[in-house]
Parts: sequence; structure tokens; C-alpha cells
Amino acid sequence: MNPEINIAQYITYVFAAFSLASALMVITAKNPVQAALALVLTFFLSAGIWLTLEAEFLAITLVLVYVGAVMVLFLFVVMMLDINMAQLRAGFIRYLPIGLLVAVLLAVLLIMVVGPAHFGLEQFAAPTRHAADYSNVRELGRVMYTVYVYPFEIASVILLVAIIAAIALTLRRRPDTKRQDPTQQIAVKRADRMRVVDMKAEAKK
Amino acid sequence: MSFEIPDVMPALPEIFILSMACIILVVDLFLSKTSRGASYMLSQATLIIAVLITVATFSEASVLSFSDTFVRDGIADVLKIAVYIATFMVFLYAKDYLKDRGLFKGEFYTLGLFAVLGMMILISAHNFLTIYLGLELLSLSLYAMVALHRDSIQASEAAMKYFVLGAIASGMLLYGMSMIYGITGSLDLAVISANAANVSDNIVLIFGIVFLLIGVAFKLGAVPFHMWVPDVYQGAPTAVTIFIGSAPKLAAFAMLMRLLMDGLGSVSAQWQDILILLVLLSLAVGNIVAIAQVNIKRMLAYSTISHIGFLMLGVVAGTEEGVSASMFYAITYTLMSLGGFAMIILLSRKGFEAEKLADFKGLNQRSPWYAFLMLILMFSMAGVPPFLGFWAKLSVLSAVISVDLVWLAVASVIFSIIGAFYYLRVIKIMYFDKAESSEPIHCSKDMSLLISVNAFAVLLIGLFPGGLLSLCLNVVSAS
Repeated sequence: MNPEINIAQYITYVFAAFSLASALMVITAKNPVQAALALVLTFFLSAGIWLTLEAEFLAITLVLVYVGAVMVLFLFVVMMLDINMAQLRAGFIRYLPIGLLVAVLLAVLLIMVVGPAHFGLEQFAAPTRHAADYSNVRELGRVMYTVYVYPFEIASVILLVAIIAAIALTLRRRPDTKRQDPTQQIAVKRADRMRVVDMKAEAKK
Repeated sequence: MSFEIPDVMPALPEIFILSMACIILVVDLFLSKTSRGASYMLSQATLIIAVLITVATFSEASVLSFSDTFVRDGIADVLKIAVYIATFMVFLYAKDYLKDRGLFKGEFYTLGLFAVLGMMILISAHNFLTIYLGLELLSLSLYAMVALHRDSIQASEAAMKYFVLGAIASGMLLYGMSMIYGITGSLDLAVISANAANVSDNIVLIFGIVFLLIGVAFKLGAVPFHMWVPDVYQGAPTAVTIFIGSAPKLAAFAMLMRLLMDGLGSVSAQWQDILILLVLLSLAVGNIVAIAQVNIKRMLAYSTISHIGFLMLGVVAGTEEGVSASMFYAITYTLMSLGGFAMIILLSRKGFEAEKLADFKGLNQRSPWYAFLMLILMFSMAGVPPFLGFWAKLSVLSAVISVDLVWLAVASVIFSIIGAFYYLRVIKIMYFDKAESSEPIHCSKDMSLLISVNAFAVLLIGLFPGGLLSLCLNVVSAS
């Protein structure tokens, strides 16, 4: 057996095991901030798995977008909100048996269907490794604007709709809010703000 | 890799709608509150021109473009034209309702047009990726439209439910797609169909199909994935409910047909039984639970569920005749549900929603004409000849019988007879109960005209169904 592949396999298993453990932490952590941080770790480890699959661009995007942007935002929200964990956990013990049952059934089903019996190396040969100078980004860019130009454009429209929806649902003009009007501030004259009062000089007694 | 510059001409209607939606978005920013009607007029003009473009470039031959991610055939053209017309009617019906409730904003129209674009993409999809993206574009616009009435707690709750369940459904659909991609090695529907027939490993294929169908059933609102439908129909502003309940059903039919017939047609034995189960459950739950409803929007939601059951019946048959019958059903159902919800809008006024069945009491004494229009619509939904709904049910049933599923046809007929009860109850309430309010019914001339045209179209096409039926059959057999 090729020892090089073995090392890559071990790395994949390590990443997989740790990401499972950190994903478990996400849902069991007592503190929501800890849960969010565990989710960050999960994203990092999944990015690692993608790296071992030679999907470098996706791995970097995952870290940049999810860890860099989404999770930071998420952490802010979690810190700002006063989440009552006791209330959230109220039904935990009651729902545990049925939850466990569903989880175990799902896991067994997934292993049966997606496991080595149907997706093993006998059914699908391992893809050939690319040379060191193979560029993932170049290949993606090459098809993104040619073969997949139609889906790409649709994706951009979806983002536009998301922007419109977010603004339409959150932008409110309340009549009673006080706000600055820069043009008025600039156009202000001395007479608007200041009043020169004639006063008699008062003599010291 | 070889690549040729795609021919953009087949996608001209999509490009036009997208450009106009963006233009209306910008124009609306510069409009004052009093000239908001301009956005409305522009949207309506856009839809009319889109109809003209599609009719002018209509062809029954199937054309692939954009590296086979896009297909334009007769089915797509007919369904797209139906979508434009349905949306045109929705915008007209919704106008006064929105004005009365302070919801008359440009966003309603831009989001509506983007939803139309999503439906068009879904109708013309020839690739898993385009199906998914079209569905997301449609759903995202609809979630936002439901939530547009921000001060209503009911609407926010409905939007939240719709969004969360819709997201789960998208996840299911994607998971199923990834499984089928894994086993067939392609996202292209034609290639999937060719490869799926030679797959040795059936278990993964079935696993993928099950997830795919769960996702589709969620979006269609088929039982047992229907729980969101009544809540969303009831909670959303009626102007949005009428939109959700009409045009997207055409797109949902297109999605079902593209996925199951174009993509997995070669392995129909694997999904037929699952679909039969969905059909039977939808018919049973939709028709029986609707009897217990006192809210007419909720009742029509359950009626949608049962109609979705009928719609899927034609696809179960899996023949050309069956698909064209389903297509006919989708178009007729859209027309009937537009009329039904428009009556609710008509009876509502500022500060009052005619949501209860009791609000229809004695409609005949208040306005014999509107009561008569509602009578046509309810008879048609119940499937009483000679109205349009009868022919839709008949063509679907004959397609099912022709593939020797007689027991299924019999079961469907029994459930639709049970369902006839609650449609006829509406008629009984209108004609034989005493009116509780003597409030005259106010509505603008254009709405009154359109609702009359709508109901009479149901009657007239019902008397002469041949044209539309043969059009559906022609385009289905040509592609």
C-alpha cells in the first residue's frame, strides 16, 4: 500500500473525528457563546477535510465566508441577546429518548446507504490526484463564467432579492425619530443659532 | 474544454422580466407616495409585453441553451404564458387591498416580478442546479412577500413558518439531488435519465429519489408535508395568499414534471408507488379536513392540498396523456383559485377581512351577481359538469385508468365526492342563509370586470375545453 495515501487518510480521519466531536459540542454546550465558538471549530475542520479532497478554493471560501463573516456576526448577535438557556433546555430530558431513537435510526440508515457498501472504492475508484501545479481556482473560474453562466446569473439575482427583502422588511420610517440632516446643518447661519443680546454693563458694587 | 457562446435568444422572456424588475426597482425609489401607481402600471405592462414576446417566439420544438442548463419547449412556453396572465390578474386583484392596508409599495411588485422570474427559470430548467436556484429565487421572494405586512403578528408568524419549513425542504431536495448526482455522475436531466436506467446500485438511487420527493412534496404542499399550507394561507395578507395559491402551482407542476419525467423517467417504477401514496394521502386529508374549517382561507388551503393530489395523479400515470392532463389541471386550478381568492378580497374592505365562511352568508341578497360568480367557481372546484374543473378531473382520471390503475381512479373519485360537500356548503350559505350585514359591496370597476371575466372563463372553457386540452397534449407530445 502506498504510504503517502495512508497519511492523507489518517489526516482525513482525524479531521472527521474532531469535527464530529466539535459538532456535538455545538449542541451540548451550556453557554451559547461556547456553542458558537465550537461551530467555528467545526467549520475549520470541515475546511480541512475539503483540503484533503483537493478542493482548496472551497476550503478557503468556507473559512473566509463562514468563519470570517457569518460566525462573527452570529457571535455578536449571541452576545447581545439575553438568551435564557434554562428555558430552552426545559424539555431536553423529556424529548431525549425520542430524539436519540431518531438519531440512531438515521445514523444506521445513512451508514447502510451512504456507507462503504455502496460508495466504497470498489464501486467508485478513487479520483486521480492532480499535479502540484494544478490550480483549483483557475478551473473553477474557467467554468463559472462559461458553462455555468446561467446558474451563476441566477445566483446573483437571488442575492439581489435577498438584499431587497432585507431592506423592505427592516427599513422603517418612524415619524417620531430624531435624525440629522447634513444639508440643513451645513446651510445653517449664525443668526439661526445665536442671538446677540444687548446688555448694559453692570458695575461692580 | 470546448465551449460555445450560448444562444441567449431563447431566454429573451427571462432577460426581459429581469431587466424590467431591476428598472422598476430603481424607478420606484424616485416616486412619491401619490404616484406609486406608476410601479403598478409598469409591472402590468411588463407582464403584457412578456406575453407578447413569448407568443411571438413560440415554438413547439425543444431548444437547449446555456450548455444545456436551460430548455425552451412548448410546455415551457404555455406554462410561462399562464404564469404571466395569472400574475397580471393577481396584481390587479391585489391593488385595492394593498392600498387600503398601507401595503401599496413598490417592493410588492418587484418581489412579485422576481418570483415570476424564479417560476420561469423553474419551468425552463434542464439541470438540477437550475431547478434548485429557480426554486430558491421563487421561495425567497414569496417569504418576503408574506412578511411584507410587518405590523401583523399573524403574517410574521406565517412568514417564519414558511421560511423555516421551506429551508428544510430545500435541504432535503439538495440532499436527494446530491445522492442522484453521486450515482449518475451528472446534473443534466437528460444524462441523468440515460444513466439512471443503467445504475446497478438501486438502493442509493431510491434513497435519493425519496429525499427528492420529500423536498418536492414539501414545496407542493402534499400530505404528509402539508402542515405549512393552511397556516401560511391564513396568516399571509390575502393579496399575497392569492399569489402563493395561483401562479407558483404552475411552476411546482413544471418542477415535478422536469424532475420525474425528464430526469427520472427511465426509472419510473421506483417513484410511482411513493407518488401514489402522496396522492391518496393528499386527497384524503385535503378533502376531509377542509370540511371542519370555518375560515374560508384555511378551507381553500385544504382544497389546494386535495387539488395537488389530483395534479400529481396525471404524473403517476407517467404517459404523455397523463402529463398533459396534469398540465391542463394545473392551468385550470390556477384560474379557479384566482377567482376564489379574489372573491375574498372583494368582500373585504378597510379594517375588515372576509375570512370567515359566515361572511359569505346571504351574499345573494347583497349582490346576486357576485354570488353567481362564486357559484360558478365553487361548482367548478367541486368538479361539477360542465364547468372547467370537471374536464380537468376527467382528463386526469382517464389518464390513470388508461394505465390500469382503476382502483386509484375510484378512490380519487370517492374523495372528490366527499370534497364536493364543502364547496356546496359555500353555495348553500350564499343562497339559503340570511345575510348578517347589509353593507353594500364596493369594488373598483377593473376588479369587478376582471373577476367576472375570470369566472366566465371557467364557464366558457368548461363548455369548450377542446382547444386548451389539445394545446396541452400537442406541446407535451412535441417535447
